[in-house]
Amino acid sequence: MKRDGKKIIFEKAGDLPPMAMSLGTTEYNETGSWRNERPVVDSSKCTGCGICWKFCPDISIKEDANGKASIDYFFCKGCGICAVECPVKAIEMKEEEK
Amino acid sequence: MSTQKVLMGNHALSWGAVTSRVQVISAYPITPQTQVVELLSEMCTDGTLDAEFIKVESEHSAMAACIGASAAGARTFTATSAQGLALMHEMLHWAVGGRLPVVMGNINRAMAPPWTIWTEQTDSLSQRDTGWLQVYASSNQEVYDSVLMAYKIAENRKVSLPMMIVLDAFFLSHTSENVIMIDQNKADAYLPKYDPEFKLDVKNPHTFGGLTTPDWYMELRYNIQKGMDDSYQVIRDAQSEFKSVFGRDYGMVEEYKCEDADVILVGMATAASTGKESIDILRNKGVKAGLLRIRYFRPFPFEDVRRVLKNAKQILVLDRNLSPGLGGITFQEVKSAMYNEKNKPPIYGFIMGLGGRDITVESITNLFEHAKKNDPQDIIWMEVKK
Repeated sequence: MKRDGKKIIFEKAGDLPPMAMSLGTTEYNETGSWRNERPVVDSSKCTGCGICWKFCPDISIKEDANGKASIDYFFCKGCGICAVECPVKAIEMKEEEK
Repeated sequence: MSTQKVLMGNHALSWGAVTSRVQVISAYPITPQTQVVELLSEMCTDGTLDAEFIKVESEHSAMAACIGASAAGARTFTATSAQGLALMHEMLHWAVGGRLPVVMGNINRAMAPPWTIWTEQTDSLSQRDTGWLQVYASSNQEVYDSVLMAYKIAENRKVSLPMMIVLDAFFLSHTSENVIMIDQNKADAYLPKYDPEFKLDVKNPHTFGGLTTPDWYMELRYNIQKGMDDSYQVIRDAQSEFKSVFGRDYGMVEEYKCEDADVILVGMATAASTGKESIDILRNKGVKAGLLRIRYFRPFPFEDVRRVLKNAKQILVLDRNLSPGLGGITFQEVKSAMYNEKNKPPIYGFIMGLGGRDITVESITNLFEHAKKNDPQDIIWMEVKK
């Protein structure tokens, strides 16, 4: 078992840490790969009110350099709550394509 | 000269926790368990015990608090019964998955409805698939000694699993017996401070129990089974060290006159200790009878059960529990333990004493009479009003 910062790198099964306690973080679980639809922000409409950030259950809304919403696609599972809650309809859910 | 106290089973559990220097206790009261934590809460207040007592609103929260404290590196204790244990069910899995050596006393009480407070093992046996070690006691001395050994076993890094000490409602919980107390210095030498490999630490923040993908979940379960596999030797070592320091001898099972026995009765807890008198009566009549008391139900003592039972001509299993649609739970385990053996003696599954109905010496002698006259059956109801 190796560690890259907090990330655990499993080399072989024998290296497995003995318990869930020692996994230490979920920071490197790419839950974004579960997404069927992706939220896309129209920065020209976004007012930077932060409502989407408050509602996001996965802490996947970030603030860009201009104070507008941006999405962390590594974690975002595509639930669509941000698009529903946005008061100015600045977030659109678009189907993921391979 | 060792100090002795006259203790009811419940207080034997409390004193076991004191001797083990538990640091955090969280519990919710339920008959017949209440006295266990009542005494501990008094001791936390008057300073006899240097521990934190966390009052909670349910058993689910009691176990959650124990899990949190254990994850932070504290030695934790709780106790419950029946509905309380059932309410903990989800958290029992969490303690196992987190590999946290929480120790809990469970006073066997039959499940409601209808409301009842008397003994039956279905509550604890319903939790057999959670991954908790389970030991069943038949005397208050055994209850007291089991607590100290439980921490020694559960906290061993090869095991790292929680453990349940199980005792019968009233027959042990509220019955007073002489208990030889353990000298605190000797206890401290036997059971050093809990030193977990991983713990929650604000100086080195990390999470536990978070999402694990199919890539690794199975391996974590494999490791839990490995902990159980390794626990057999850890238990034996803990018991033999206990014997050399304190003089009392415990095994995974207790054998009574089994060596040359043709008919062996298998049972657990106080019903099995009553059975010893039945064995003596039968022996006086020339019946080669023996008794095997299963102490550890998890890990199941396959090796001992096979060794003791393989030469018997008949096996009688007494279950004070019921899995409706299946039968006696100990019976099922004993039967499956014997299935791959070359010599498979016929096995009788007796259901008796549910809801605390008394199991007398005569009740147990009657099981042998029944087996003498009848073919084996999976479910044989004894002393039931039909």
